[in-house]
Amino acid sequence: MSGITFDSISVGDVLPEHICGPITRTTLGLFAGASGDHNPIHIDIDFAKKFGMKDVFAHGMLSMAYLAQLLTNYLPQSQLREYGVRFVAITPVNTRVSCSGKITEKYEVDGEKLIKVEITAEVDGGIATLTGDAIFAVA
Amino acid sequence: MADVTSVIGRETAPKSIIVERGQVQFFAKATGSKDPIYRNLEAAQAAGHRDIPAPPTFLFSLDLLSPSKEESVLAALGVNIGNILHGEQRFKYGAQIYSGDTITMSAKVTDAYEKKGGKLQFVVSETTATNQNGESVGSMINSLVIRN
Repeated sequence: MSGITFDSISVGDVLPEHICGPITRTTLGLFAGASGDHNPIHIDIDFAKKFGMKDVFAHGMLSMAYLAQLLTNYLPQSQLREYGVRFVAITPVNTRVSCSGKITEKYEVDGEKLIKVEITAEVDGGIATLTGDAIFAVA
Repeated sequence: MADVTSVIGRETAPKSIIVERGQVQFFAKATGSKDPIYRNLEAAQAAGHRDIPAPPTFLFSLDLLSPSKEESVLAALGVNIGNILHGEQRFKYGAQIYSGDTITMSAKVTDAYEKKGGKLQFVVSETTATNQNGESVGSMINSLVIRN
């Protein structure tokens, strides 16, 4: 009962910004266990250095989970039809992640009213790390 | 450097996992979720859910958390996990996944290619998933990048 209807949405509307973090080393340790992604490149600086990285960096799926919160803060998950991202830059440790979204399309497929949301995650300094889109059904 | 195109069409036998409520709550905690439906059973039920729902990206974790008897695609290619980056990830949604569900997943490599003369290799996989009632809970497409 978000109160958001198809008619109340306009192309160009922006979602309330969602700021997460800062991502600490503790965050990465917890997310490794919680997500099942145990790749040591995210939690073990010695391992990361061995593979040419200066430091550990965040799981891309952590920021994808943050962007999912932006989406489910806006409309219930039951209305989410698709959600995809490209990981365009690494998310360093000790940064915040700013999640933003904008409505770019309203359309109808087989009688179902849909909206498309373009989404972006940015780290401190305004560098985009994830870009993508989500499709919601909206009555 | 292995020929990545050798894994195109490779299928993984179906594997199943029970969605543990504690794992879903741990995921909500680790991601700093403030929405009580993902953290608290009473709040979820008060909102009309039969148990704590899995958040939108949790199928990816169910895949990682479920043991497979088979050699992974990366192992088959002889790739070290330290050389992997995540390129793209997409989900299509069916029935909601809830804590307590048993989710069965099947995966197939749908594409593999190289860029920059093989410095970067890409492996694209699609995973479909069903619940204990045989309903589709959606699918996901994953693109992994191998740094050579």
